[in-house]
Amino acid sequence: MFKDFKIGKLRFESFLHSLGPDVYKQRIVGIMFIVLASFLVLLGRLFYLQVLQGQNYFKLSEVNSIRLEDVAPTRGLILDRHGELLVDNRPAFEVSIVLKEARSLMQTIEEMAQYLDTSPDEIMDKVKAKRGRQQYNPVLLKQDVDRNAVGAIEAHIYDLPGIHVNVRPTRHYVQKSLAAHLIGYLSEISQTELASEKYRGYRAGDFIGKVGIEKQFEPYLKGTRGGRQVEVNAVGQVVRVLKTVPAEPGHNIYLTIDASLQRVAESLLEGKAGAVLAMVPQTGEVLALASSPSYDSNVFVCGMTHECWQGLTANPFRPLENKAVDAVYPPASVYKIVTAMAGLGEGIIDENLTVTCTGGYPFGNRTFRCWKKWGHGKVDVYRAIAESCDVYFYEVGQQLGVDRLAWYASACGLGTPTGIELDSEAKGLVPTAAWKKRRTGESWQGGETLAIAIGQGYNLVTPLQTLVMTAAVANGGNLLKPLVVKEIKSAEEKVLFQSKPTQVGRLPASDSILDVIRKGLFKVVNERKGTAHIAHIDGIEVSGKTGTAQVVSRKGNQQAMDEDGRPLHLKAHAWFVAYAPSKSPEIAVTVIIEHGEHGSSAAAPIAREVIRHYLAPSEVLPVSDEENGSPGQGEQRTLH
Amino acid sequence: MFDRRLAQNFDWGLLGLTLTIAVVGLVTLYSAVNAGDQTAAERALFVKQLIWYGAGFVAMVFSFLISYKHLDRLAPVIYIGTILLLLAVLWTGKIGGGARRWLILGPISIQPSEIAKIMVIIILARYYSRVPTTNGYNLRELLNPFLLLVVPCILVLNQPDLGTAIHMALIAGAITVFVKIERRSFITLVSSLALAGPVVWFFLKEYQKRRILTFLNPDRDPLGAGYHIIQSKIAIGSGMISGKGFLKGTQNALSFLPEQHTDFIFSVLAEEWGFIGGFFVLMLFALLLVRGLHVAFGCRDLFGMTICVGITAMIFWQVVINIGMVMGLMPVVGVPLPFVSYGGSSIVTMMICMGLLMNVRMRRFLFD
Repeated sequence: MFKDFKIGKLRFESFLHSLGPDVYKQRIVGIMFIVLASFLVLLGRLFYLQVLQGQNYFKLSEVNSIRLEDVAPTRGLILDRHGELLVDNRPAFEVSIVLKEARSLMQTIEEMAQYLDTSPDEIMDKVKAKRGRQQYNPVLLKQDVDRNAVGAIEAHIYDLPGIHVNVRPTRHYVQKSLAAHLIGYLSEISQTELASEKYRGYRAGDFIGKVGIEKQFEPYLKGTRGGRQVEVNAVGQVVRVLKTVPAEPGHNIYLTIDASLQRVAESLLEGKAGAVLAMVPQTGEVLALASSPSYDSNVFVCGMTHECWQGLTANPFRPLENKAVDAVYPPASVYKIVTAMAGLGEGIIDENLTVTCTGGYPFGNRTFRCWKKWGHGKVDVYRAIAESCDVYFYEVGQQLGVDRLAWYASACGLGTPTGIELDSEAKGLVPTAAWKKRRTGESWQGGETLAIAIGQGYNLVTPLQTLVMTAAVANGGNLLKPLVVKEIKSAEEKVLFQSKPTQVGRLPASDSILDVIRKGLFKVVNERKGTAHIAHIDGIEVSGKTGTAQVVSRKGNQQAMDEDGRPLHLKAHAWFVAYAPSKSPEIAVTVIIEHGEHGSSAAAPIAREVIRHYLAPSEVLPVSDEENGSPGQGEQRTLH
Repeated sequence: MFDRRLAQNFDWGLLGLTLTIAVVGLVTLYSAVNAGDQTAAERALFVKQLIWYGAGFVAMVFSFLISYKHLDRLAPVIYIGTILLLLAVLWTGKIGGGARRWLILGPISIQPSEIAKIMVIIILARYYSRVPTTNGYNLRELLNPFLLLVVPCILVLNQPDLGTAIHMALIAGAITVFVKIERRSFITLVSSLALAGPVVWFFLKEYQKRRILTFLNPDRDPLGAGYHIIQSKIAIGSGMISGKGFLKGTQNALSFLPEQHTDFIFSVLAEEWGFIGGFFVLMLFALLLVRGLHVAFGCRDLFGMTICVGITAMIFWQVVINIGMVMGLMPVVGVPLPFVSYGGSSIVTMMICMGLLMNVRMRRFLFD
């Protein structure tokens, strides 16, 4: 296969056609000169660095005197819609040690133990944990050291080689627990977060938003880290700053929250477990998002004690949970808005059709009860909504069937996240026959449809979903994405982001159907027999719907088991959704009180005070638990 | 089939040179991952590198056994195969350090952009050896090789890996200048590039301009690249004439050097072995490059010649950019030092290159 070629003339005449390879050979020789010249340059540089400048560089390497120091950026502020400050930063002192500089480590540690009011062993543990390659990286001994101790340390700093005192901006929740669930908190970055792509550029010891706005808007809030290249002396004191890159502060976030309304909502929730939410129906801006019980976000920043954490996690009322957004409840009679809409939309009922309620609805071999034992008599759709007649809605639901009801519920935004910019939002559940088959393997039972029609059974919604739905009823049918951030501005007051109303859907109802529903909701509050007559305010027309959610049907709720025997946990959850003024609504409100028992007595008065504060702030009256509305007006319904 | 003369003509000198550089590289890497308090995973890199050298040796033997003349025919297949690998990286590759560069194949991950460099050399050698020219190539004739280069470059830039893309362009440029560009075309090309620069600059975004300025002048980034270069210069300079000794480099041990087992490994070597060691290593690389050019010189077909020149150019750029960078002469760009930096794909690619040089060398008297 291979033929030999003799060295000789042939080689120059061969396959390179007209070109003699010597042309290329000349170029190869040329290339060789370029290569050698480049290497001479490299060699010259090496000679310059190592031989001519070697002594200087050797000295620099001896003390490792060129270091980098961080300049921490200040995190963006969080303010309410009117610019009231909710979260800022305060300076906090932290003390750290550079092991390589601490000559006589033991002596330094013993002295530091005195200043920091701990034992030398405790400090030694911290040092040992970090000991290793980063002998020149400072090891944090204590953060948030009080001013007196800092003064003492600074005074003796020359006797404490290797000890560094830094000021680090620390998060400060000015209003303590106000809107804690919405705002969230900062905490030290974890190992897994450090390793993830999302937190590229972060370092161990950095504080990041863990929950709520602090987490969701972390990229806006964090700012840009700066730094200094410095030359230090043998004990680590900076002798010269070589170069500085200033830190850039984070952006400021203006929430849609009205701080004073939020305060009212939280005070109304005091001592209760539940949530109060308010929204501008036309824009979707959330005015208040209160969840109770709450916590002081500052404890997360300053290092939480074990007992404190225990107290937060072991509390049966789950203080860490944002009940407005993360928790799901059966919608109870609030769901009758959906059932009425479906019945009217499908032509099953109209304004004039009446159903006679005798206090029960026979189905199969059972009788489904109305909450009113003796029945409502002849009810039309208005009375059915106003007095929350179960029998009427059993009838409508039974004719609709579960899947048509589910279609309407989904179209009302139930069963899907509302899209609020908080990452822990729950989805809720709109059951269908197919869902049950998938889940349990059993077929749908007709009786279950009746439970669904009055918002019980498998139905689960978040309070926020009911708020969005109520706002849509109020604004003419537009389901809006709940907005929590109104504006983001840079530290120089330049507007970087401005929220605008985002429609995510439309209620499955024509204008005339919506009119019927709104009229019914108006009667709930404004007719003497309405279930929430208690929420009536002189001079302001309020519309709403009560609900009383059976606790036993709430799946996955461990409270009933945790605290067995205590009657409190068998009590129903109280709902009230409302908007006002009825003609041109400016605020929509949802209130849920866990184990509040009756929507009319526990939830409606709270909603009334929130509305009153927002629309007529001067007339705020303290709310009392013992409202003197007649107890007969409360709804009471049982399922047997 | 296998001529006895092939064995007689085997380039033992090149093999010896390769093995010497490999040993120097391994010793340096050992120090880079062992001198300080490195983690167990980092220490294991030395053993991994040894295994890669084993794999590289096998690849080298394969590369010289089959005559390089077959590569001429296979070039399109190699080209398309490598492009597919690069696409696969963008599609499913593993992310590391913010870029998607690695392809996972069972227990190992490979970096197809390294292999792409050889591919560029082979496809250009095929093109230029098939389209002969006397006065040099004009712009129209250069369009095809340009397109052949641009496709892998864009794929690599998307990872994003600026260093490798620049490296590929430099290799292609060196090959093209070697096969000669027509004078007028050359002038047009250079002047249009010079003109395009400011125009492109005008359309760049602020942050892109900033990135390029930092690339050209690391001092603009005193907390990142600028600091790394200072520490690297301290490491190299403090080695002085005789070095601090094996495993005694303080800049290395105390982690003042960034990327000490990859891009900044020459600093480790220069700190521990001083000017004597640095001089020795520079000489080894210079000898290797001269040897590569010598093989090209002795080759009688343009295809083989171009491959040898391409391989020499590849190693040349890599060594000059890497060592120039750590000494503060060049922009900071992630290019590994051949045979020394940690990296499986880089080692195997280098060994394949050595195999190809041996291949051309031992078949210099054969013609089929």
